[in-house]
Amino acid sequence: MLELSHVHKVYRVGAFGGAKLRAVRDVNLLVKPGEVVSLIGESGSGKSTIGKMVLGLTKPSQGTITFEGEDITRIRGFAARKEYYGRVQGVFQDPFSSFNPIFKADRVFEMIRTSYFPGVSDADWREKVLDVVGTVRLDPENVLNKYPHQLSGGQLQRLLIARALLLDIRLLVADEIISMLDASTRIDVLNLLADLKERGLGILFVTHDLSLGNYVSDRSVILHKGAIAEMGPTRRVFENPLHPYSRHLLSCVPQLHRTWAEVDAELAANPPEDFEPPTVEEGDDSAPLVEAEEGHFVGIDQR
Amino acid sequence: MTLRVKDLKVYYQTLRGDVHALDGVNFELADGEIMGLAGESGCGKSTLGKSLIRLDSRMRHVDGTIELDGENVPIADDRGMNRFRYHEISLIPQYAMSALNPTRKIGRMINELLQSRGVKPSEVAEELKRRLELVGLDPDVLNRFPIELSGGMKQRVVMVMATLLNPSVLIADEATSALDVSTQRSVVESMVEFRDRGFVKSMIFVTHDISLVYQMADTVMVMYAGRIAEKAPASTIINSPQHPYTKMLIGALPEVGSTVETRLEGIPGTPPGLLKPPTGCRFKARCPIASEECSQVPPLVEIEPGHWAACWKTGR
Repeated sequence: MLELSHVHKVYRVGAFGGAKLRAVRDVNLLVKPGEVVSLIGESGSGKSTIGKMVLGLTKPSQGTITFEGEDITRIRGFAARKEYYGRVQGVFQDPFSSFNPIFKADRVFEMIRTSYFPGVSDADWREKVLDVVGTVRLDPENVLNKYPHQLSGGQLQRLLIARALLLDIRLLVADEIISMLDASTRIDVLNLLADLKERGLGILFVTHDLSLGNYVSDRSVILHKGAIAEMGPTRRVFENPLHPYSRHLLSCVPQLHRTWAEVDAELAANPPEDFEPPTVEEGDDSAPLVEAEEGHFVGIDQR
Repeated sequence: MTLRVKDLKVYYQTLRGDVHALDGVNFELADGEIMGLAGESGCGKSTLGKSLIRLDSRMRHVDGTIELDGENVPIADDRGMNRFRYHEISLIPQYAMSALNPTRKIGRMINELLQSRGVKPSEVAEELKRRLELVGLDPDVLNRFPIELSGGMKQRVVMVMATLLNPSVLIADEATSALDVSTQRSVVESMVEFRDRGFVKSMIFVTHDISLVYQMADTVMVMYAGRIAEKAPASTIINSPQHPYTKMLIGALPEVGSTVETRLEGIPGTPPGLLKPPTGCRFKARCPIASEECSQVPPLVEIEPGHWAACWKTGR
């Protein structure tokens, strides 16, 4: 459904734009309908840039992004873009800054109506809104007709997902949507993503938190300095990390029932087999992947 | 006993009335203890950390006492607190970025800070360099501006700075929450090392991340809506929590290894507003086992040695 092929993004940085920063390097990625793909990485790994490129907020420097067979970097004109956003929507990190505080929160639904459904009658529209609000497991009584400050972060975040669902979207880009939420409510949003997946929605889940990525996704992509370090079925990537960077990352995640010392001791007792990541020539910007086992790829090691 | 907090009440004054951010908090912090302070946003955990350093103009000390090494800490007396600040009680704020003066080189800024607290910079210069090396920083950072350092480096500079005078209590307010996981681990490990070497006597580590607290804290205190729900050794909180709130909170945390197939459950509802807090147990509206007796405030009782909980259903 969504396919990234040899996508690069180079930013000009420095006082006069003289220096270059390769934020995304040769990324190849596929999201199928009904699949949750996690993009996991630390700050500066390029994970959000990939999300932005998929949403058409910034253009790749090289490579193509195709969605349902169409190259989205070539979309021109207001009508074509609007049609694209009818199929692909994003939800972002901070729910409080996604709403205008001087208007009621359900104004975001009204804006979808004026742009996409001008002909729908009031009664039909009301039914549609109640339907999506129910889908995100909110009680309409509690959330409609309220101002953003009267709602919790989890409720606002679910309203934004409901807004995306009003359109017949095929792909949701969820950029760190859980990070700002409290522990007791974030799990509800994660479970909601799992429900949406059952309905055939593809989800690109961008996160820095490995345990969240692990909980919700079918496939995981670990990014390091813009390139894919490791990609594969979530369970395999987490149980059998092959790339040195993903091993390091996993050993640093605070776990609930095991301390770092225990994890280190276990690693020292059963050292994993060394896996030789692919290498590239100096000055070559490509980032090849090697298939270590079925569907489990390992990328270059950049230190 | 380093710190003893008794029935502490701190309210925020607003136009609509007082917000009961801390409403009767009791706990003790032993010498050498690292206590993790966990809870959801708005539970009062940051207010507790701030109260020990400085009450801002909206905060009002209503009741309760704080004792540090047997001495009364006059938190309502802004001037009287000066003697304790930095020397005895020190703080690492959440964003090291905003804690450092962007217009000063780091060395100069530290010197100004020391002078303002009546310490000659030359007396601690050697120690400063030694400690920077200990956390893996080149002493050359003193000649650099904050903008030249990465987030993890800045956090380490702030940590060295905050503990330079060997305070009794260090409050780390979400000190590593803005860092990447691998940087987070090394910063947290240096904090534990600072305690082991006696640079700080004890530490309160305020965080929302319980799995991080489990890595480094000796004890964990869980707060809910301005009160303490439970305090116990870290492994007890994780493996056999007694308060229903702690149980549900820990049950709602996804881990590396848990997947959607074994669905976790969140806690329904939201924490109560503290402008007009509910009577009785503040968790009762979200609690699955609440009953009539919960309309009375449950006392914080020691249900086994070192394990305190405030719930009518525990300890029977």
